[in-house]
Amino acid sequence: MRNSTLTDTGTTQAGRTGAGQTGATPKQASAAAAQNIVLRLLRMRETGLIAIILALFIVMSFASPYFLTWVNMRAMVMAFAVEGIVVIGMTILLISGGIDLSVGSVTALAMVVAGWLFLAGVDPWLASAIAILVCTGVGAIMGFFVTRVGLHHFIVSLAVMVIARGICLLATGGRPLGLFTLPPEFKFIGQGSIGPVPLVIIIFLVTVVAFDFLLRKTTVFRKVFYTGSNERAAAYSGIRTKKVVFLTTTLCSALCGFAGIIYMARFGSAQPTFGIGMELNVIAAAVIGGASLSGGTGTIFGAILGVVLLSVVSSSLALLDVSVYWQDIIRGSILLAAVSIDHYLQKRRGRK
Amino acid sequence: MQHAHCRPNHPLPKTDGDKPMTDDLLLKITDVSKSFGSVRALRGVNFDLRRGEIHALAGENGAGKSTLMNIIDGILRPDSGEILIDGQAVTIASPTQAQQLGIGFVHQEIALCPDVSVAENVFMAATNVSRALVMDYGGLCAKAATTLGQLCDISPATLVRDLSISNQQLVEIAKALTLECRVLILDEPTAALTEKEAQILFGIMRKLADQGISIIYISHRMVEIFDNCDRVTVFRDGQHITTQEVADIGPDDVVNAMVGRVIDDLYPPKLDAADRSDDMILEVRNLTDDNRFHNVNFHLKRGEILGFAGLIGSGRSEIAKGVCRLECSVRGETFLNGALLTPRDYQDSIQAGVVYLSEDRKGDGIFLDMAISANVSALDLQRVSSPLGVLNSAQETQQAADLGRMLNLKCGCLSDPVSSLSGGNQQKVAIAKMLSINPKLIILDEPTRGVDVGAKCEIHRILRALAAQGVGIVVISSELPELIGLCDRVAVVREGRISGEVSGAKMTEENIMQLASVTDATAA
Ligand SMILES: Nc1ncnc2c1ncn2[C@@H]1O[C@H](COP(=O)(O)OP(=O)(O)OP(=O)(O)O)[C@@H](O)[C@H]1O
Ligand SMILES: [Mg+2]
Repeated sequence: MRNSTLTDTGTTQAGRTGAGQTGATPKQASAAAAQNIVLRLLRMRETGLIAIILALFIVMSFASPYFLTWVNMRAMVMAFAVEGIVVIGMTILLISGGIDLSVGSVTALAMVVAGWLFLAGVDPWLASAIAILVCTGVGAIMGFFVTRVGLHHFIVSLAVMVIARGICLLATGGRPLGLFTLPPEFKFIGQGSIGPVPLVIIIFLVTVVAFDFLLRKTTVFRKVFYTGSNERAAAYSGIRTKKVVFLTTTLCSALCGFAGIIYMARFGSAQPTFGIGMELNVIAAAVIGGASLSGGTGTIFGAILGVVLLSVVSSSLALLDVSVYWQDIIRGSILLAAVSIDHYLQKRRGRK
Repeated sequence: MQHAHCRPNHPLPKTDGDKPMTDDLLLKITDVSKSFGSVRALRGVNFDLRRGEIHALAGENGAGKSTLMNIIDGILRPDSGEILIDGQAVTIASPTQAQQLGIGFVHQEIALCPDVSVAENVFMAATNVSRALVMDYGGLCAKAATTLGQLCDISPATLVRDLSISNQQLVEIAKALTLECRVLILDEPTAALTEKEAQILFGIMRKLADQGISIIYISHRMVEIFDNCDRVTVFRDGQHITTQEVADIGPDDVVNAMVGRVIDDLYPPKLDAADRSDDMILEVRNLTDDNRFHNVNFHLKRGEILGFAGLIGSGRSEIAKGVCRLECSVRGETFLNGALLTPRDYQDSIQAGVVYLSEDRKGDGIFLDMAISANVSALDLQRVSSPLGVLNSAQETQQAADLGRMLNLKCGCLSDPVSSLSGGNQQKVAIAKMLSINPKLIILDEPTRGVDVGAKCEIHRILRALAAQGVGIVVISSELPELIGLCDRVAVVREGRISGEVSGAKMTEENIMQLASVTDATAA
């Protein structure tokens, strides 16, 4: 391909309406487009992630007879499905240039608020709606501190992480709330299945597809990319960047609330200590999937692959009887390795 | 006792004194090629640099000038070819190594640490090689002050983020001057400087050259090349076209070699008397921002192009941003086509069709990591989406392609990130972004910064055509010839106030400079 797809036309007309259609012929264009797609597929980091996951699958199916079983697969997917919803929120927030350490606490907060209301006699659906609203409010408060007061996401969410956890423990006295009287149709959210497929997985897939579409295709979410990529340039393009950051912060917490409710329905209890350390897993998944901590890049698909990778690793380690302590060390190392390899490839691409 | 010295054996004693000037090559580049994916940025170029010469490098946007400089500085590695320094083949693997070889590089894009003081930025490279554990901050400031002192009077203790673009550029130059280099590369250093600062820079360049330092000077301004350089090399499409003594060649020949055609009229014809209209496009009354400008009044009539001149820090850009309600709170009234504008912020202003092209391309003009097409559509996504807000990527690409063609944008693929473009082409993307919304009024701050002669001429023509269609055009520029050549009227800003206006035959560099500069008589 030549260096110039747009030049070499020789003629340039003044005035917008005058710009002629002197580009390549449609046939050439489509051939070039096809070639382009292949090239881009190869270059996409998602391709690399899928390859790693497949390799792990193959190795593990030889290493353990239990790995490639329906039960194990189902357990694995169930394990990451709900967390995956939180990862979506985190990815969007990372793209806008923020970060949220409070995801685990806020997820627990949703459970505790809903559970507590339910025990106080509120209808479980209404209680859940209120709980999600409370979480959204928590996100809005963080958004306020970040955009209006001007603090960094890191410190604000760190504080909220501790506060929300404190509230959970305070409200429950540190003991899980048993919610044995939850009506079956509510528990169905977390425990039921449609045909052979657990409802949780369906909810997860729908959320993924919806947000993937929104992020790639809608003007609202495009502004998230602009803001994260260069906040000043975004402001100089008339984008109300503070509003964007406020909204992504709030959305992330709202999704945590949603995830918390699903967990509650699944466990049939509200656990005030749930989700400790979850932020690490969630951020790691998003970053492995290509989100950058400095904002502007990231995809839902990639982040979900990040979650899948981490779950496959966890599940493999458990099946191989690796001690829990070792599991953490290995998981941390994988994060470091994945991000380093990616960084190296990016850099080499830039220099090449 | 046969020594292999060449020179004494040469039977040309008369010209011996001149000999070093012509033969003494400090740097020689042979057959260097470099590709980025499918883009062939350099295809077997040759280049040489004599000791103590100022060698201009010219070429259209994307011709490969910065790429070659990046190779010399070790930032990029060539695919093939050889670099000789003092006749010895070298591989330059990193900028640090380039520094050790005595190469100093002032980049086209400003690369300073914004949150650190000027002094520390100036000595970034020096502290980089120093082994001292504790920095002598006072000494550093004093040294920085001396280096900076030759160029300007910026306080070494200020933070870089608080400086204007032109001052940042000066800091960047000072940074290179502190290195005891043998080769100094200046990649479009004057694009962000005013005339006066540029002249100071040329003085320093000549002094360095006389000390035997060789300078590679990249610029799109023919006047600068012909006034200050010894030789000129022209690149086109990644190929070496010619190298000539400046004395043997004229500006037209260089432009011709660059563009491959003759450009006869640099500026489009101005508005003639018959086409003048009394329709007001823009009227600004008593625009005031308490800290930066006061009681600014100006107007723009249909078909006219209004210029804004002024020294750096005079408040030209601030006034423009004030009109668009960007980053400031202002009082005063703005009428667009007779209707009062009441934008709360820039978003409202864009909706009303009033846009501002920033002078700081990298900082707030473009999204470097994002696709070219996404950059072009950033101002108004509604144009490339369905009413429900779903983006139509075909439409988005088409928009970028149309505008790109109009501006002669040179790129591989519209989905490539803007960072893969040459500096001038990035500027074209920024302009395309402004044009994408069919604006009613465009205020362009240094619109042709870093743009090559041909494209500059094209941009001027487009601005003129837009003005004729009734779009308001206001141009801010530090390049006085550009203002004089393009505009029908020039308003001069001094210390946040409009100090005067010139038009017609009165539009001369002297008159503008006089209005722009602060004299004691007027200050009293
Ligand atoms: N990192 C990169 N990735 C892909 N393409 C690149 C990259 N850097 C430069 N190019 C391409 O190489 C070509 C030469 O670019 P270069 O920056 O050397 O141009 P230039 O002569 O300095 O132009 P200008 O006058 O606009 O600064 C351009 O077509 C540009 O798009
Ligand atoms: Mg360049």
